[in-house]
Amino acid sequence: MEYFLQQLINGITLGSIYGLIAIGYTMVYGIIGMINFAHGDIFMVGSFIALALILMLGVAASAPMAILLVALLGVLALSMALTAVWGWAVERLAYRPLRGSFRLAPLITAIGMSLALQNFVQIAQGARNKPLEPLISGGFSFPANPAPGQFSVQLSYMQIGIVVTTVALMVGFSLLISRTALGRAQRACEQDRKMASLLGVDVDKTISVTFVTGAALAAVAGMFFLLYYGVIDFFIGFVAGVKAFTAAVLGGIGSLPGAMLGGLLIGLIEAFWSGYFSSDYKDVAAFSILVIVLIFMPSGLLGRPEIEKV
Amino acid sequence: MSAANAILTVERLTMRFGGLVAVDDVSFEVKRDDITAVIGPNGAGKTTMFNCVTGFYKPNAGRIAVARRDGRDYLLERLPDYRITREAGVARTFQNIRLFGGMTVLENLMVAQHTVLMDASTFTIGGLLGLPSFRKAEAEAIEKAAYWLEKIDLTPRADDPAADLSYGEQRRLEIARAMCTGPELLCLDEPAAGMNPRESAELNTLLRFIRDDHKTSILLIEHDMGVVMDISDHIVVLDYGRKISDGDVDFVRNDPHVIAAYLGVEEDEIDEAEALAESGGAVAETAS
Amino acid sequence: MADTTTAPAPSAVEAAPAPSHTSIVIREAVIAAVIAAALASILLGARTDIAPGGLSLEYRPWNIVIAAVVVFFGKLALGFLGPRSGVDLGGAFSGLAPSGDALSHAGTYVQPALLVLAVVGPFLLLSTYGGSGARQYIELAILILTYIMLGWGLNIVVGLAGLLDLGYVAFYAVGAYSYALMALHFGLSFWVCLPLAGLIAALWGVMLGFPVLRLRGDYLAIVTLAFGEIIRVVLLNWYEFTGGPDGLSRIPRPSFFGIEFSRGDGGFADVFGLAYSPIHRIIFLYFLILSLALLTYFISIRLRRLPIGRAWEALREDEIACRALGINTTTTKLTAFALGAMFGGFAGSFFATKQGFISPESFTFIESAVILAIVVLGGLGSQLGVVIAATLFIGGFEFFREFEQYRMLVFGLSMVFIMVWKPRGLISRREPSVFLKKRKAISGDLVGEGAG
Repeated sequence: MEYFLQQLINGITLGSIYGLIAIGYTMVYGIIGMINFAHGDIFMVGSFIALALILMLGVAASAPMAILLVALLGVLALSMALTAVWGWAVERLAYRPLRGSFRLAPLITAIGMSLALQNFVQIAQGARNKPLEPLISGGFSFPANPAPGQFSVQLSYMQIGIVVTTVALMVGFSLLISRTALGRAQRACEQDRKMASLLGVDVDKTISVTFVTGAALAAVAGMFFLLYYGVIDFFIGFVAGVKAFTAAVLGGIGSLPGAMLGGLLIGLIEAFWSGYFSSDYKDVAAFSILVIVLIFMPSGLLGRPEIEKV
Repeated sequence: MSAANAILTVERLTMRFGGLVAVDDVSFEVKRDDITAVIGPNGAGKTTMFNCVTGFYKPNAGRIAVARRDGRDYLLERLPDYRITREAGVARTFQNIRLFGGMTVLENLMVAQHTVLMDASTFTIGGLLGLPSFRKAEAEAIEKAAYWLEKIDLTPRADDPAADLSYGEQRRLEIARAMCTGPELLCLDEPAAGMNPRESAELNTLLRFIRDDHKTSILLIEHDMGVVMDISDHIVVLDYGRKISDGDVDFVRNDPHVIAAYLGVEEDEIDEAEALAESGGAVAETAS
Repeated sequence: MADTTTAPAPSAVEAAPAPSHTSIVIREAVIAAVIAAALASILLGARTDIAPGGLSLEYRPWNIVIAAVVVFFGKLALGFLGPRSGVDLGGAFSGLAPSGDALSHAGTYVQPALLVLAVVGPFLLLSTYGGSGARQYIELAILILTYIMLGWGLNIVVGLAGLLDLGYVAFYAVGAYSYALMALHFGLSFWVCLPLAGLIAALWGVMLGFPVLRLRGDYLAIVTLAFGEIIRVVLLNWYEFTGGPDGLSRIPRPSFFGIEFSRGDGGFADVFGLAYSPIHRIIFLYFLILSLALLTYFISIRLRRLPIGRAWEALREDEIACRALGINTTTTKLTAFALGAMFGGFAGSFFATKQGFISPESFTFIESAVILAIVVLGGLGSQLGVVIAATLFIGGFEFFREFEQYRMLVFGLSMVFIMVWKPRGLISRREPSVFLKKRKAISGDLVGEGAG
């Protein structure tokens, strides 16, 4: 039971990270119908920016909790902003010139961008792993004083922080989409881009904003990944990206709550699979689920079904 | 109406999309060597019925039987779509033309003869080796295509991409392509849509030619009453998914149900449009 | 960029570069430079490194300045030299695009010429550079030919049938491991294993193809990617069978129809009365891959003109119409998968016998991406396009070997630029498979791109 609870906690934490990345996929797919293959690498860029900022500000675990939190929030805000610029640039350079063109072309430029970003970071920051000392340690354990041989469930402050921040961001973000003019423009473009532009929606700007917000959320996920695992490298974007995409598809691509739900499910599946079976094959588990979902439930859990028109 | 003379027998066909009943308990027959028209206002369920007959939708209830000239019988609701063309001899065209735009006109007609050519190429291996039997089959296929090209006046455009043809030419090519599959029943979904009067007159000639010289029965959906009244041997009228009239041109023309529901009464069409708008875009489009 | 309305009056524009055009370009260049500085600020401006007791940070402010300056002048150049709407990078590049059509017209002469060059090439190299000098070039040619063959194989799936496959490397891997395992465990010769490996790969093609038949477009791409990764992860973790990350080594080299390329009696050199030289094996491998590639070429050219090939292309154009014409789309798609996979399997066997060692590292997603990029950049469905793209990419890739760490970056960026420049690939015209009077090429803009 304790072991189960532990995997549940780990899974939810991991799922929050995947969910944050998945939102970027689902929004972009919703609005321009393409898989932004480079999104996983934007997440990776976000984690590197966060790492550099943490080092620049000299944030250390020894600082008092309050200062530490403020500093981390500052790092978070700054890395969201800078990663957002990356998201914007990728869209501007690789996708916008191809809008309305051959469908395969943006997929290839996306792959090209993904390769370019990975290797850019590899050159700029080196190929070696970057370990970061744990900044926020400690947490709760149940039972607090386990008997010898008894398994104790760990719930760290870090995990609480990740889940709380994610939930807060999700709520804010849902409000943004459902209540503001920006969100309305976005939904209009999703339905019918041509009509939206005829009605005075600046489609290019709306798409840019979509990439920017997606990248900012990926930056949050990148920083969480860095703090939670304590080690990053230039290749983390690929696997995390594919899993987050799986999450987006599982939840129903185009659906924001779906992306979050999908992220959570993928996180849980991975945690339980590693916990009970073998961590060697945990990626196979995630990929297999992607395959199974797409084959048997192509519109995902919360997506709209597609009717074949003859 | 003797059943022996019918090529297609539709019995109690019903098709639902969620809560919407697009085709509701419809029965009718298509007689051999007849041109049968299905008419009705927008959203009457004509195309849905059509998609059921050609296997693109599986009906919720009912039976669709085809009796071929050689005595073979098929229940279409049980066949996958490609076997309906291949074995039951039912070919179709589409309301929104579906040609292979990046392929030439001739290639479109060659693809239509896929089944015959595929058999002749003996699992492609014979074709790879260039066996004489395959070459002969291919030459015959080109000949057949050339024949139809001449019938639809497109011989000079044979080597142009289908996407470059005009609208009327594309419609004719689609009919020729369906004929190249060697059907006994040809199903046409609004063949005259978007045609000018001269083109519709030519279309009528072509359809009569197909019926008389190729002994192919025709089932067509059409809004152009000029075409329908001119060439149909038999008319089935649908409204709100139900059959409201069924008979020859004179019978249908004078049927009070038809006059009330469709021919002259404009208000109904307005109501129809409103009902459609309310029932939701996606469903309405599929069912139209 | 929103204020293009402030552009000068038309007359001013026509009369030489008006000052306000200049000011717009400069303004945009400044904006671009600021953005570049923001992009570079952290990732180029500071480098994290592992130091005793944690990570250290090294500041490199000049990088930021360089990035901003380069982008500033680049943007300036685009603004003045590119078309008036200089903001549009794609527009700027499309000005450089004349040659593709001419190239495909010349195709009839180019192809035989290329074939002759491919046959006499190694001997020319040998006579110019001598045995040891020519070796690296011939090895490069072998590599390029391998990718050409893979490109042609994938072209059947993506270019003809319009099925987007991002996991093609899986079949390459299946072919390589099939050959290696059969040769190591059963001692079968290369010539027995080659067809078997192709068949096994084709079988995998059908097995993986079957469940994904219902999927379209990007979904199909992502599922094939997932399959490719699943196969790689299994190869990586199944130690007993595949050797895991250590891979399989001492894979038998191919023999010249039974004659080994070894020193001494009974070896190739001995039998043919030549002095022993390791280059013999290289040349043999070259001709082996050349003939395999040509086999792929001729079969796929031939298939295109057969009913099955036409059905593939029809499927790419409109699947629903295919069904209405009595084409069984399931088997048609599966044959495309199977044949594509088979050629991938052949190439894989060749790779295994050439290297003598294989490990999962050779079969990553990057390989699939490279092969797909070759097909798409060359122009979907174009055989010659694949040759050009493979030579350009793989050749260029090796050419920049000295700049090891930069070449993947350049590779990725050039994928972006070529696509933006020519979204339909280098050769986008389609040759009809049959004609009544005159063969006319079809503009790529009319050709469908496939729903799956």
